[in-house]
Amino acid sequence: MSGSREIRNKIRSVKNTQKITRAMEMVAASKMRKAQDRMKKARPYGEKIRNVAAHMSKANTEYRHPFLIERDTVKRVGIIVVTSDKGLCGGLNTNVLRRALAEMKQWQSEGEELEVCCIGNKGLGFMSRLKANVISQVVSLGDTPDMERLIGAVKVVLDGYTEDRFDRVYIFYNRFVNTMKQEPVMEKLLPLSDEKMQSEAESSSKVTWDYIYEPEAKPVIDDIMVRYVEALIYQAVTENMASEQSARMVAMKAASDNAGNVIDELTLVYNKSRQAAITKELSEIVGGAAAV
Amino acid sequence: MGTIFHLDIVSAEESIYSGPVEFLVAPAQMGELGIYPRHTPLLTRIKSGMVRIKAQLKEEELVYVSGGMLEVQPDVVTILADTAIRSHDLDEAKAIEAKRAAEEAMKDKASQLDYAKAQAELMEAVSQLAAIEKLRKRRH
Repeated sequence: MSGSREIRNKIRSVKNTQKITRAMEMVAASKMRKAQDRMKKARPYGEKIRNVAAHMSKANTEYRHPFLIERDTVKRVGIIVVTSDKGLCGGLNTNVLRRALAEMKQWQSEGEELEVCCIGNKGLGFMSRLKANVISQVVSLGDTPDMERLIGAVKVVLDGYTEDRFDRVYIFYNRFVNTMKQEPVMEKLLPLSDEKMQSEAESSSKVTWDYIYEPEAKPVIDDIMVRYVEALIYQAVTENMASEQSARMVAMKAASDNAGNVIDELTLVYNKSRQAAITKELSEIVGGAAAV
Repeated sequence: MGTIFHLDIVSAEESIYSGPVEFLVAPAQMGELGIYPRHTPLLTRIKSGMVRIKAQLKEEELVYVSGGMLEVQPDVVTILADTAIRSHDLDEAKAIEAKRAAEEAMKDKASQLDYAKAQAELMEAVSQLAAIEKLRKRRH
């Protein structure tokens, strides 16, 4: 009967695993709702600041912010990679890192130098194994993407751009499509593409605004541009977090289902072996009785 | 039109106020700023403080903002509130901290990017996922 005891132990251990995955599934589900909420709440700010930036880019002609100027003097690319801090969320991080890796390889073969800013633990681990040049990082953001924590890491990249160390900055993250679907995307962050802002500006109004700047044009424009880019990054981070939680929920649901299947199969095997043992014992007794 | 304008107060984390108002006082960098409808276009920084809002047929409302930007157009006013306390020095300190953390993590780095290894690792993860997926489909 030692075989059946082993099976019983196995069943118990799978059941315990199932309890854990089911709990994680439920935790992820409730966190996902909050993360989606945060993602939605972040949208108005993004829209408003885009409007302001668009108006401004039309209004002021004597000072153009460096973020708006196209250039290709430096052969160096800045990359921001947004990943989750924790694993157990299916192929989420793998997908976005694979996307990033493919692009990085391409740039490298074109002789561009790369510098990376990592938001999230998984990306950092990957990039340091890759021995990429990581210039700044933020990890363990928790469940709420704190603007305060992001500022520092982002500033390193933005400064790199204003100091002419990069000629382009890209961001990689998972876009949240719906609960079942998240797609890894690459977006060009700097220089800010004019079309993106222009389309917004035209839909809102055709007037060119002649602003009064207080105290002066330059610092005000600088501030708004920096905030605009930060808002874009913040949005990417909130989307990635919503993606993370929903991917985790789906992965954990699959794991729970799988555990259920394994338990069913093992129970079947267990019952069969129990039956076989009984049959064997019976036939032994019958055989013994016949022999007597 | 003419007696009211639209006000939006948004921060990166949420929308704080949105609606038609008659009159607004905001703590601009150069001093308190009162805004009535058809104000001339203006862009400025605001300090942390109270924004006073008077909506039609309503009591005056007070909203706290921790600084940010203010955009005024004749009939739309937008306040982009900061969620973090900002100053140039503070931002600088945070940037240095983020840089330092990265350097710490990268201490034992070699010069060449090991793409092949990373690619192999990723491919492995992807094929594992694909295998799991296939396994799951077969079961059902």
